[in-house]
Amino acid sequence: MAAGVATWLPFARAAAVGWLPLAQQPLPPAPGVKASRADEVLVVNVSGRRFETWKNTLDRYPDTLLGSSEKEFFYDADSGEYFFDRDPDMFRHVLNFYRTGRLHCPRQECIQAFDEELAFYGLVPELVGDCCLEEYRDRKKENAERLAEDEEAEQAGEGPALPAGSSLRQQLWRAFENPHTSTAALVFYYVTGFFIAVSVIANVVETIPCRGSARLPSKEVPCGDRFPMAFFCMDTACVLIFTGEYLLRLFAAPSRCRFLRSVMSLIDVVAIMPYYIGLFVAKGDDVSGAFVTLRVFRVFRIFKFSRHSQGLRILGYTLKSCASELGFLLFSLTMAIIIFATVMFYAEKSTNKTNFTSIPAAFWYTIVTMTTLGYGDMVPSTIAGKIFGSICSLSGVLVIALPVPVIVSNFSRIYHQNQRADKRRAQQKVRLARIRLAKSGTTNAFLQYKQNGGLEDSGSGEEQALCVRNRSAFEQQHHHLLHCLEKTTCHEFTDELTFSEALGAVSLGGRTSRSTSVSSQPVGAGSLLSSCCPRRAKRRAIRLANSTASVSRGSMQELDTLAGLRRSPVPQSRSSLNAKPHGSLDLNCDSRDFVAAIISIPTPPANTPDESRPSSPGGSGGGRASSTLRNSSLGTSCFLPETVKISSL
Amino acid sequence: MNLEGLEMVAVLVVLALFVKVLEQFGLFEPVSLEDSVEDEFELSTVCHRPEGLEQLQEQTKFTRKELQVLYRGFKNECPSGIVNEENFKQIYSQFFPQGDSSTYATFLFNAFDTDHDGSVSFEDFVAGLSVILRGTIDDRLNWAFNLYDLNKDGCITKEEMLDIMKSIYDMMGKYTYPALREEAPKEHVESFFQKMDRNKDGVVTIEEFIESCQKDENIMRSMQLFDNVI
Repeated sequence: MAAGVATWLPFARAAAVGWLPLAQQPLPPAPGVKASRADEVLVVNVSGRRFETWKNTLDRYPDTLLGSSEKEFFYDADSGEYFFDRDPDMFRHVLNFYRTGRLHCPRQECIQAFDEELAFYGLVPELVGDCCLEEYRDRKKENAERLAEDEEAEQAGEGPALPAGSSLRQQLWRAFENPHTSTAALVFYYVTGFFIAVSVIANVVETIPCRGSARLPSKEVPCGDRFPMAFFCMDTACVLIFTGEYLLRLFAAPSRCRFLRSVMSLIDVVAIMPYYIGLFVAKGDDVSGAFVTLRVFRVFRIFKFSRHSQGLRILGYTLKSCASELGFLLFSLTMAIIIFATVMFYAEKSTNKTNFTSIPAAFWYTIVTMTTLGYGDMVPSTIAGKIFGSICSLSGVLVIALPVPVIVSNFSRIYHQNQRADKRRAQQKVRLARIRLAKSGTTNAFLQYKQNGGLEDSGSGEEQALCVRNRSAFEQQHHHLLHCLEKTTCHEFTDELTFSEALGAVSLGGRTSRSTSVSSQPVGAGSLLSSCCPRRAKRRAIRLANSTASVSRGSMQELDTLAGLRRSPVPQSRSSLNAKPHGSLDLNCDSRDFVAAIISIPTPPANTPDESRPSSPGGSGGGRASSTLRNSSLGTSCFLPETVKISSL
Repeated sequence: MNLEGLEMVAVLVVLALFVKVLEQFGLFEPVSLEDSVEDEFELSTVCHRPEGLEQLQEQTKFTRKELQVLYRGFKNECPSGIVNEENFKQIYSQFFPQGDSSTYATFLFNAFDTDHDGSVSFEDFVAGLSVILRGTIDDRLNWAFNLYDLNKDGCITKEEMLDIMKSIYDMMGKYTYPALREEAPKEHVESFFQKMDRNKDGVVTIEEFIESCQKDENIMRSMQLFDNVI
């Protein structure tokens, strides 16, 4: 009740009169507060909706925005009011907090929007009143969980996309956990699923009576005995596959101990163990009982399907999470069974030839009656027995019906959570794509701008006219900023496609021994290289050309040539290419004619015209580009081999 | 358990269920032993409105605006228009978080509650404040005497003073410097009586009190404490 504190302060100070006569020392003088003005009304304009309140009301909480001098930043002297460009509906709740001292949480608003408003006005979330606190916390926790799931999914989603540098083990594990990452994993997934099904069906079919063997056609034997070899082979094949899968999983698991203790691995072990035990144990009569039990365990292979089915996993998880309800159900049933069994036994004791021979025998009757099965193999014959029997069946319905809705609602909640997670994962791809698009949009805008020669300081009018399209002030400043960064680091921005292509081309060693000039750097880059990094320009030039080539129209061939530039050994033309760049670099300033500098590859001029022409149609996409290439190719022969220039497409 | 007994039990159970079913149909009125249903209707809010603004202006020494501000705060905190002892104690305890101010708050409550009806209305509140903040020194001393005189018999005995003193020292709490000793209130009471009790008869009357206070420089100087509270 902090509001109350401020209101009652004068009263508390007045009550100090009781101490006055008792004080043995003089009391300190009152603080020199300026003469209290008459209380004034403040106008707070929130997005057009005017709120008016006493100044004292706002002063009650001096450590918030409205209560402190921070609100002066928002004061509009012309209109004499405090203007906030925020949500007026939310402001209502904030203002009510000042008035009543309790912060209420609106039910129909998004909890995050509410949090943001609180943060803006300097209110801590702990101020939410008791009436709304629980709901507020619940919604906030839900939101936080959702965001955490999103982040996890993002990281997990990005994981498979970047397998670089992971070992075989990690790749294998990822293939096991997310079968959709690679085709091989998917194939493996379906193959194991198929074999699980085959194994289970074989187990079932084994017991169907077939016509007897040729010798005794009338006698019916189970199919398993009629075709023992076939079934044995099928069983062996399945077990081999399962064993292999298990061993692979064990190898690939990041934490083997945890894997060994996990439920799925236990199921796997239980599925394949009977076979091996059966192999090593002789089929003698003394162990045949155990052998039969082992065969029963084979049916647990069906649980291996839970890896393949989401719904099964949800079911298992639900049952686990409803353990307490199930426990309660079991306990209450047991109590009821014992009570009713006892009563029925004593009620039916007098009857001759009664089925109710003992209380445990009556258990069966009670269970059958309570679950409303009513087999009819045990029925009471006395009146008391019948009365109690009917009460038993009525109560059975009630006792069983009670915990079931809890389990059902749990299942529904978990199922919907999963569905929501799946939906979010699907939407997340769209969201990520949108984000990437936005990012690349900005970059592309910048690169486009550069291409159009916008960076030229004193560009010719022709080029300037090309970037006539209006850019907003924001864009202009943004591009200027990016340009400054480029200048600082002596690197240039390029797009992902080009970069990865170049990287790929380099790593694969290039394919052709093109020796033509290649594309594209704007003038700015050329002068940039010359001005700030002359010594390193030789390496940078090549890498830059690699990276920034083909903003939109780089050709593989040109990239390969560049790649060829970097690889020293093997083809002779390439080595010659490489030899030259180590020489001195003169960046030709005349290259402005081409809107940028040109990389000329110091090959024998004779080759150049031949090879350049085939490459140019394939390489460029615009007329200008081809002309540039032709120019460059001609120019190559004229330039000294040492010159390295970067040309633009 | 013989068969007859069990049959009887079964019949009884059936009868009980029958009665329950009939109750559901409302044919049998359940015998309710307590009639606490009526208690629910008790009005929990008693709304008290103060006298008009003009009357309060006449009775107290506050200006109209000051009364308005005071009333706004009061009404905000106590929409029902009155403060009872519990609220009073709670309000006062917010200012003294370290110690236990409930006893002193009770004394204050009794001092404010001039008509002794167990609740402090706005008139009582404003009247008390008017005396303390806008009254003469004699008025204030009178009010303080009234506060100390717990049984309102016109004189302060040592026991009353000791109660008051203890309640004030309670507000300090445990952590003080120098540490509070047990005898501190008693000693303080002794020194108070030495100063105030002129005729040494063991009680302090109102005349002795006012006279002694007027002679005490410290007290007179400290009176300006209330100059700009409102």
